[in-house]
Amino acid sequence: MRRIVVVGASAAGLAAAETLRREGYEGTLTLIGDEPLAPYDRPPLSKQLLAAEWEPGRLALRAPDDLTALGLDLRLGVAAAGLRLADRTVELADGSEVPYSGLIVATGVRPRRLPGEGAHVLRTLDDALTLRERLTPGRHLVVVGAGFLGAEAAAVAWRLGARVTLLEPAPVPMAHAVGTEVGAVLTRAHLERGVDLRCGVTVTEVTEGGVRLADGELIEADEVLVAIGSLPNTEWLDGSGLALGDGVVCDEYCEAARKVYAAGDVARWHNRLFGTSMRVEHRTNAAEQGMAAARNLLRPDARKPFAPVPYFWSDQYDMKIQAYGFLRGHDEVAVVDGDLAERRFVALYRTGDRVSGALAVGMPPKAIRLWRQAVATAAVWRETVRAEVSATEA
Amino acid sequence: MRVELDEPKCVASGQCVMAAPEVFDQRDEDGIAFVLDEKPPADLLDDVREAVAICPAAAIRLVDR
Repeated sequence: MRRIVVVGASAAGLAAAETLRREGYEGTLTLIGDEPLAPYDRPPLSKQLLAAEWEPGRLALRAPDDLTALGLDLRLGVAAAGLRLADRTVELADGSEVPYSGLIVATGVRPRRLPGEGAHVLRTLDDALTLRERLTPGRHLVVVGAGFLGAEAAAVAWRLGARVTLLEPAPVPMAHAVGTEVGAVLTRAHLERGVDLRCGVTVTEVTEGGVRLADGELIEADEVLVAIGSLPNTEWLDGSGLALGDGVVCDEYCEAARKVYAAGDVARWHNRLFGTSMRVEHRTNAAEQGMAAARNLLRPDARKPFAPVPYFWSDQYDMKIQAYGFLRGHDEVAVVDGDLAERRFVALYRTGDRVSGALAVGMPPKAIRLWRQAVATAAVWRETVRAEVSATEA
Repeated sequence: MRVELDEPKCVASGQCVMAAPEVFDQRDEDGIAFVLDEKPPADLLDDVREAVAICPAAAIRLVDR
């Protein structure tokens, strides 16, 4: 191949570019990113960066020397605007065109927003720096959405001395992902610290001075952070011929079309291990899928299905939450180690008759890896979960 | 080649231990990684490079020295 183009210069795109070089690809390698910055890491945005423990330089994904050593044709600060599959060309927003013999799409996601002006979101370095400037002691922050991102930001804001209100449409935050009991336990950490958590409320718009709820009530705020999920960045692919449907639709090899692969938050692919199509917005998946897509593009005769165990972590106050697998849509949760109430436990998730996920808080790494193995092998639930362990929900 | 781990960046994911168990391990108390073998033999370098690439905190470097 003469030129491989990677669109998206964050974790997935960088992993793909690095892997192409490691695997011996010596042709032109173009890496396109819409942000003007060298590839940087996003998980710390809602953690150390927001807490002002780290400055932006610490987020660089690679040292400048390591990046230079990749010999990239690096195009930063310019977004991809279109794709012409037939003549294998990517169109950029500045009007230029980049032909490719192989393409990896890693354009990620952007935050969903609410109607109205003036709210923060948390996706880019700029977003995080803008929000942290405003999080001074005594300020009232309203966080819309108590998912993992919103909960992390709430925890940081609380530590910085802000007054925090957390608004969540579901009866129990994170329940759709981790189950009702586990969601309630994780939520307690916020309640104990005086975060004003209000569940079952729907925010319809951001207004001057706060947010408006569906029932008309106005909740005042000095700052509003909207953390209600993300949308895959696929608009530039509209009409390209690629299948789009909540992400770039790929097969189990992460291939979207001939010589076109997708990786990271934007990619929807069939994960054979779980027998389902998924799109995963986890930092670890970005790297793993970028690597897998690069290898499959480079070695069409030795392609491997991408069938990872998804992994994510979240830091909230003194809790480190770690989860393996595909927890969404689970049928049952059982605590197999530790104690829920003490927030030191491993919860195992069942989907059908198999172990589909494990979530741990405050447990030693060897214990967590043991349960990860049950997920990785799709262990039979009955043989994995001892009879005396009481299932916590049906 | 020497392995460098930026410990404060480590998020205790354990990805490095799975990629290169001869070179990395995790502390029991908090899961933070540590290096078992700072100058791993040549036959383990591919595993280390995998760990560098897969580390979700970009906390590992393999330096030429």
